[in-house]
Amino acid sequence: MNSREKILAAVAANQPDLVPLPDISPLNFSQDGLLEKLTSILTTTGSNVIPAANYQEIAEYINANYPEAKIVSPLAELESGRLTRYDTTNGIDFQDVELAIIKGHFAVAENGAIWVTEDHMLHRALPFITQHLIIVIEGKSIVPNMHEAYQTIGNSTYGFGTFISGPSKTADIEQSLVIGAHGARSLTVFLLP
Amino acid sequence: MSAVTNKDHAELAEDFNRDENRVDWHDETLWWIRQKRDRIVHQIPDWELLRETASQIKHNVLSNMHSYLQQFEANALANGVHVHWALNAQEHNQIIRQLLKDKQITHMVKSKSMLTEECGLNEYLAEHGIEVIDSDLGERIVQLAKEPPSHIVLPCIHKKKEEIGDLFHMYLGTPSNVADPQILTEAARQHLREIFLTRRAALTGVNFAVAETGEFVVCTNEGNADMGAHLADIHIASMGIEKLIPERKHLGVFLRLLTRSATGQPITTYSSHFRKPRDGKEIHIVLVDNGRSEQLGRPDFRNSLKCIRCGACMNTCPVYRRSGGHSYHTAVAGPIGSILAPNLDMEKYADLPFASTLCGSCSNVCPVKIDIHDQLYKWRQVLVKKGYAPTAKKIGMQLMAATLSSPALYHTAGKAGRAALRYIPFAINNKLNPWYKHRDMPQAPKQSFRDWYLKNNS
Ligand code: SF4
Repeated sequence: MNSREKILAAVAANQPDLVPLPDISPLNFSQDGLLEKLTSILTTTGSNVIPAANYQEIAEYINANYPEAKIVSPLAELESGRLTRYDTTNGIDFQDVELAIIKGHFAVAENGAIWVTEDHMLHRALPFITQHLIIVIEGKSIVPNMHEAYQTIGNSTYGFGTFISGPSKTADIEQSLVIGAHGARSLTVFLLP
Repeated sequence: MSAVTNKDHAELAEDFNRDENRVDWHDETLWWIRQKRDRIVHQIPDWELLRETASQIKHNVLSNMHSYLQQFEANALANGVHVHWALNAQEHNQIIRQLLKDKQITHMVKSKSMLTEECGLNEYLAEHGIEVIDSDLGERIVQLAKEPPSHIVLPCIHKKKEEIGDLFHMYLGTPSNVADPQILTEAARQHLREIFLTRRAALTGVNFAVAETGEFVVCTNEGNADMGAHLADIHIASMGIEKLIPERKHLGVFLRLLTRSATGQPITTYSSHFRKPRDGKEIHIVLVDNGRSEQLGRPDFRNSLKCIRCGACMNTCPVYRRSGGHSYHTAVAGPIGSILAPNLDMEKYADLPFASTLCGSCSNVCPVKIDIHDQLYKWRQVLVKKGYAPTAKKIGMQLMAATLSSPALYHTAGKAGRAALRYIPFAINNKLNPWYKHRDMPQAPKQSFRDWYLKNNS
């Protein structure tokens, strides 16, 4: 017997009698004030939240706040701006990106987590390796909690997906919170209608 | 990296207790985290239902592990992920070494994984000429200090910022006497960025693996797991077989519980779901047993396999907070570690189930409702029966058992005990009596309850 068979045999011999899965539907509930809740949690956990009417406003914000920055984004809506083109499949080539702008599928009001998948990232490394990150979401996409988040994700077949809920941070040195560990030093969330 | 030591928990705790200010500071810091946990938990109206649901999901996992493991394997393979099985720590380490050898990789970056600590991976690879750099800030700090982590979520919670400043001065070239967390974190960011950009192999742990989809989830606040995994050619994920959950939707339950219990945060900054490798890159999952299937066969202790490694039981434990993580001389310290370790080696870890007041605080905060303090109590009985209990406690307990099982002896012993406390307190208040440490023995009553009862009820 190889290790796989040994482990499976031991598990089969030692596992208790089958216990059914609980129903998790009672944990789903809808709420009012999702937008306020999301804004408040994102702000308290260190992100900027900016309502915007359209992509034009986002482009203006970027020009005003990142006048010199090297910017990368897969968003077609921003293409007329000053994005840097990256035709590469190598994540390391993104090492000097200062600002990345990506689109989030939806956000979770309860914890500020925004669901982003690979197809919106250009490269899996981009949201992490960039110095600053902007995520654009639509206000109507907000869900109350993680249960509805996974209902929304459903059976989708991403290769890589991640919930991002703020800038990279650490509290490993005597528990003092420091923003900007290894990933993006800031997160700005644009809320479109 | 379990500390090599012949000392037991009480002796190691004594070492830690020499610096009283540090003990107070350690105690207060962890209690502060426990309070943060309480505050955020109270904001979730269905918290208790959530805990119960998580516990039941994990119960189902344990009862159906055999098919979930196969389902997970089949789905992971279909996703283009390689799956390996390791019976024990040694096999786990060998598999990883072989993967690196095949690719001629001699430098690897690693994100936090208690399983690799349990397996002693860093030391093993070092012996074979492979350098491993830990990329979680806390883990990097203890790695530079050549120490094991002292907490599963907060690896360097025992270190003061001045000590970290000294380490960074020595190894990372920061100016001397810098203890500002912001400056030190920035130095680590620059140092580790260089590592992320140059390593061809990255290893991560696994927080949850989904049988239904073959994907796995890694949670970090720093983004170090992602920086490593997305930039490397090969991503190795080390996973204990108990990390499985049935369906993707169950992640909602566990992600709501994990960080709220751990640090009082609503969710980690990044909860990354790895399902398929990028084109031309590889993902390997190593499924590790290392005693878990055996624990599954022990009805009294199998619940410990529900653990999601949040660390809440450590933060609340009055013994952990005052004795420090290193006093547990095992990779997973604190209450849950004291249940897991004797499963691996009863003799070596016989002292750990005794390192508890059995106050039950651990069980009260556990997000998956593990009966931690009951299991610690049960381990004591198993260990005493098998003759593995720590010697001082063994003698005391044997005496107690004999005394309690004989009314006459109990009566006499009571008299003798009261007399001893009254007339020769130094016979009890001495260093040989472990109960006297840090305690003042009570004033003995002049009369026993039995004498009082006989006199007043005749
Ligand atoms: S036993 Fe419970 S409280 Fe302790 S680390 Fe595991 S899940 Fe958390």
